[in-house]
Amino acid sequence: MNKFEYAPAPESRSVVKIQKDYDLFIGGKFVSANSNKRFTTINPATEEILSKVSLANGKDVDRAVKAARTALNKTWAKTKPKERAKYLYRIARILQERAREFAVLESLDNGKPIRESRDVDIPLAAAHFFYHAGWADKLEYAGFGDRPRPHGVVGQIIPWNFPLLMLSWKIAPALATGNTVVLKPAETTPLTALLFAEVCQQAELPDGVVNIITGDGSTGAALVNHKDIDKVAFTGSTEVGKLIACSIAERGIPATLELGGKGANIVFDDAPIDEAVEGIVNGIFFNQGHVCCAGSRLLLQENIADEFLIRLKDRMTKIRVGDPLDKNTDLGAINSSAQLAKIKEISDSGDKEGATLWSAPCSLPAKGFWYPPTIFTGVTQAHRIAREEIFGPVLSILTFRTPREAIEKANNTPYGLSAGIWTEKGSKILWAAQQLKAGVIWANTFNKFDPASPFGGYKESGWGREGGRHGLGAYLKIGKGAK
Amino acid sequence: MSGLIDGSERSLLTFLENLPGVDKVGADNRATMLGTRSIKTSSKSMAIDLAISMIDLTTLEGADTPGKVRSLAAKAVRPDPTDPSVPSVGAICVYNDMVEVARKYLDAFGGTQIPVAAVSTAFPSGRASMAVKIQDTKDAISAGASEIDMVIDRGAFLSGRLMEVFEEIREIKEVCSNEAHLKVILETGELATYDNVRRASYLAMLAGADFIKTSTGKVSPAATPSVVLVMLEAVRDFYRLTGQRIGVKPAGGIRTTKDAIKQLVLVNETAGSDWLNPNLFRIGASALLNDLLLQRMKLKSGHYSSANYVTVD
Repeated sequence: MNKFEYAPAPESRSVVKIQKDYDLFIGGKFVSANSNKRFTTINPATEEILSKVSLANGKDVDRAVKAARTALNKTWAKTKPKERAKYLYRIARILQERAREFAVLESLDNGKPIRESRDVDIPLAAAHFFYHAGWADKLEYAGFGDRPRPHGVVGQIIPWNFPLLMLSWKIAPALATGNTVVLKPAETTPLTALLFAEVCQQAELPDGVVNIITGDGSTGAALVNHKDIDKVAFTGSTEVGKLIACSIAERGIPATLELGGKGANIVFDDAPIDEAVEGIVNGIFFNQGHVCCAGSRLLLQENIADEFLIRLKDRMTKIRVGDPLDKNTDLGAINSSAQLAKIKEISDSGDKEGATLWSAPCSLPAKGFWYPPTIFTGVTQAHRIAREEIFGPVLSILTFRTPREAIEKANNTPYGLSAGIWTEKGSKILWAAQQLKAGVIWANTFNKFDPASPFGGYKESGWGREGGRHGLGAYLKIGKGAK
Repeated sequence: MSGLIDGSERSLLTFLENLPGVDKVGADNRATMLGTRSIKTSSKSMAIDLAISMIDLTTLEGADTPGKVRSLAAKAVRPDPTDPSVPSVGAICVYNDMVEVARKYLDAFGGTQIPVAAVSTAFPSGRASMAVKIQDTKDAISAGASEIDMVIDRGAFLSGRLMEVFEEIREIKEVCSNEAHLKVILETGELATYDNVRRASYLAMLAGADFIKTSTGKVSPAATPSVVLVMLEAVRDFYRLTGQRIGVKPAGGIRTTKDAIKQLVLVNETAGSDWLNPNLFRIGASALLNDLLLQRMKLKSGHYSSANYVTVD
């Protein structure tokens, strides 16, 4: 018998040049923050300090919103739609040309495996710009009625799980529809957004159309509460989403909110078993489970549960955990110590409440933030691990006896972002998809994304859709009352 | 018999019909993902030597001559005449009438331990009477073949006469008895769907195959990563059910070191490292060996050699 060990295959870091510190990107230039404060961003796989970035305060937010307003009035509103499209195409191409640089930087700052940043995050980010570039000069023919108008200045706040991808989900449709933006990247993952600012300069995008301000929760609050923004777009936790909803309620401005989830992956006994195992693994361990639409609840038909678990555990022992820059890594680092603490806290509750924990045997690096691929069996609907979003590589496994019971359990959650159906029977897929209260439903696959496909949730998973024609509509004033 | 079926047609059909389906998109995705594994430095040199030792060095041409088989035998024993550290290949694979020649030269060149595999049962089409197929196999064994690569009757399989296919394999296995290992060629390119590949894999294993093999090499597509993935899942699960390890042999279309290493990664992450040896995994190929040798030289010397530094046979 031969052990086939894979020698380290690290992607080179030499393609990225990280500056010692970063300023704010306002009005097309990097400018120092009024706050004079900076905070560090680290590599979660090693805890090495990567850089110091500026902490934008209320005055900085104000400057950025003013820059966006000026750009809107002076240049962007006067830029012809087909010219807007050219900028978007240009940005998309630059993202492709600099894909490796972005991928390495994303993995360094976020902790995700290079295989995912290289094969998923960056290509999809470029695809979003390409897709929306195509819409820019066709908005009048997109079914939104005559002369759909942009909202104006959009305040955008993005999470740390897919930093550049979420940026492109926000900025591409906003620019295509003629808005200008102020975007705040997440506190722990600001670097690719700042590199994107360089791309805006390289593409010669008019000054102030895109403004990027780094900071913490207070910066985000200042942006959302700024009285001169015309729309809010937010991806993040349901907790913060609710605060934003309260804040904007009195001002009557529109918002798109992409919030949490507790997606159910339902495996029926007539599923293609091996591919279902793959899909479950991909559904919860993709991006360390830091995915709002993760399939974090597995609902197994009881008569195949034992057999399925054997296969799932066997497959999980093959997950390669470690250095995010190694091309063979499947599961990288948890993004922050705070997130790791949260994962541990909820997992501990699962243990205490009587569910059975099993983690794939793997050695975790000594430094950095790590959590092994983990499942809980014997989970009931009453357990916290079945109800709360863990946002980590932890899967809760429940069983069901009939299709009706599966649907009831799947829908029995305050969330409603994603769901998966696994069966070889087409009629069952169609039936289940009609019953499930989730914005995105995958059948015999999971975590597949495309810019043409609208994404969003039911219930506490959010408001509105991003992507596709639906997502475009969220950035436009539509209907007779539109001015 | 494995104990999974009782030998009746009814139990065979019930067993095969109850196998879970294969979702094509999912299987292709998994195979593609495993194809992105980056195998470098020490793991690459280990993989290259392993792949060489797993090759069924093959010549299956109408134009085969004793001279051609002789040079193949020399290559099989010492793939790189300048470097004795290169392992011998797993076997050489020839047509029935070349078995004797192959055996003779392998022995003459010091390769007594290298088995001769003979393609059999009216290879490649399998279109002959059972009497002919049995005689074909007997001839090969008496000429010195210790491995028999038989083809299944794809016509019978596709028209649903699964028991006929089962019986043919069983009978050939009887002829092989203890004298020869039986590899059963499914010709997956003609079975077309992954569901069929899975069913045919189980059918062959239930009927007594020691190895399941993808293709004759005469039909395209042949040993695609997805097909090999499905077959590796089958042997893995069959072992779980019966405690019996069946080998897998992809053949056809594996020409480069990269292709071969992808196959080894598939084995490693599907059936597991227990299958990573020539008793349970073989690669049917001809051109592949020279590419492996060139890559091996490159790893040792740090630079690529021209193709003239490996022997053309």
